[in-house]
Amino acid sequence: MIWNEPKECMSRDERKVDQSKKLKEVVNKVYFNVPFYRKKMQETGLEPGDVKSIDDIDKLPFTTKNDLRENYPFGLFAVPKSEIVRVHASSGTTGKSIVVGYSRKDIDIFSEVVARAYCCAGVTKDDIVQIAYGYGLFTGGLGMHYGAEKLGAAVVPVSGGNTSKQLALMQDFGSTVLACTPSYAAFLSEAIEEANIDKKDLKLRVGIFGAEPWSNEMRSKIEAGLNITAFDIYGLSEIIGPGVSCSCEIQDGLHIAEDHFYPEILNTETLKGEKPGTVGELVFTTITKEAMPLLRYRTRDLASLNYDACKCGRTNVRMSKIQGRSDDMLIIRGVNVFPSQVESALLEIEEAKPHYMLIVDRVGTMDTLEIQVEIDDRYFSDEMVELNKVRQKIKHKVESILGVSVIINLVEHKTIARSEGKAQRVIDKRKI
Amino acid sequence: MIIKQLTVFLQNKSGRLEDLTDILAKNNINIAALSIAETEEYGIMRMIVSDHEKALQALKAAEFTVKTTDVVSIECPDIPGALHETLKTLTNNGIDVSYMYGYSNSGTARLIMKINNPEKAMEIIENNL
Repeated sequence: MIWNEPKECMSRDERKVDQSKKLKEVVNKVYFNVPFYRKKMQETGLEPGDVKSIDDIDKLPFTTKNDLRENYPFGLFAVPKSEIVRVHASSGTTGKSIVVGYSRKDIDIFSEVVARAYCCAGVTKDDIVQIAYGYGLFTGGLGMHYGAEKLGAAVVPVSGGNTSKQLALMQDFGSTVLACTPSYAAFLSEAIEEANIDKKDLKLRVGIFGAEPWSNEMRSKIEAGLNITAFDIYGLSEIIGPGVSCSCEIQDGLHIAEDHFYPEILNTETLKGEKPGTVGELVFTTITKEAMPLLRYRTRDLASLNYDACKCGRTNVRMSKIQGRSDDMLIIRGVNVFPSQVESALLEIEEAKPHYMLIVDRVGTMDTLEIQVEIDDRYFSDEMVELNKVRQKIKHKVESILGVSVIINLVEHKTIARSEGKAQRVIDKRKI
Repeated sequence: MIIKQLTVFLQNKSGRLEDLTDILAKNNINIAALSIAETEEYGIMRMIVSDHEKALQALKAAEFTVKTTDVVSIECPDIPGALHETLKTLTNNGIDVSYMYGYSNSGTARLIMKINNPEKAMEIIENNL
């Protein structure tokens, strides 16, 4: 079933007219309501009237994660605070998060695009959706929640973690749909195995997984382990949250809700547009959002676009699975981690030196992050108790900034390779 | 008496201990006593050596994380109960031992103890044992 056929199946010509109209509106809106964008446009001598159609999008300035940080918390809002009905935030360097605001209409858009994603996955109002994404500042839990309610399905808002409870509810309520990160889905599948639960007693049939990259191999493993069909959902809080795009039963790319989020693929060197099918940096312009519209937001995710109509009947553009990152961001158990965050945490601890190595691995189905830190001669102690205190102090500091648990290992002075150029800071052993 | 102990941070990897003994051997340094405390990833090696100053410089030059620490060295009879008497005296006088190791040789035993207040410990030992 297609949730919103007029919007998801319009012709490319109609699409262009629709997007052009919406782009002109959003450019006007940010020019007159967001000083950040007015200044950026004035710097290049661009006036709202210069943007006549969607083809003029390359005249517009980019927005980066750093711009969001510098305008923390509400600097990019385009509406008075009284119009804001919700805020979400993601973890950021040294406690400075990235904040996004939603008006009532934005929440409607959010619910709409997530409802489309559920429909893409074949979920209906008769389903029971167990949401094992975290609820809170993270957009995953509440985003999937509102979308499922909009669809009319029964929502089980169990949130992340508490695996034994997840399994109990799955059995007692007969949940038919599971929404969480792929790594947690894989973990749950192992837990079901270990608890000797007969999969025939479970009613699960569909999984909607996102917030971290995963391979087709992992999809097959999860599908077999949980006896479900698994779908991919993509999103980022800056744009709205989950539901920016999602895969359908054809499993050939993710349909972008391009009546709300206009995608571009840019060459990572030149930042010029790439041809369909070529991998480059994914950039989004939110053309309908009210509270915090973003022009050409650089996601740093690498993907390609396919404008051909899909066999499922939808005509909206599809993006490939994310192929990687154009920066050094890591996704650990669904949490975005930048090596620079670790560095700034270490710089705040006098016992540690800013020489470190991140070793990411997947033990079973869970990501682990080990941080090797060189011990500073001045804080080296002959007592193990004291060294453990140093280790704990580093662990607490780093975890409070990253929002994900880490293993700290102290290593000898000068054992982490010094580099003249870009230091190798990350070893990612995961096979995903 | 209060003596200098050499403390070295060692990563738990094959051959690392040998790197250290190689440097000591080349510098003609003798080890009188040693102990290693280990975790999964690293260890702390503590030693009493013939020339701690020379050993410190040699190990530093080889990029080891190394320092010297004051420890208390006590001689006691090599008989059952001797260590117990020594510790009882320290405990009764409010002295705690962070870690210790020892060795015995032809009738006498020597204990190396890490104590937060070594001077006070020595005073108590001299007055009571």
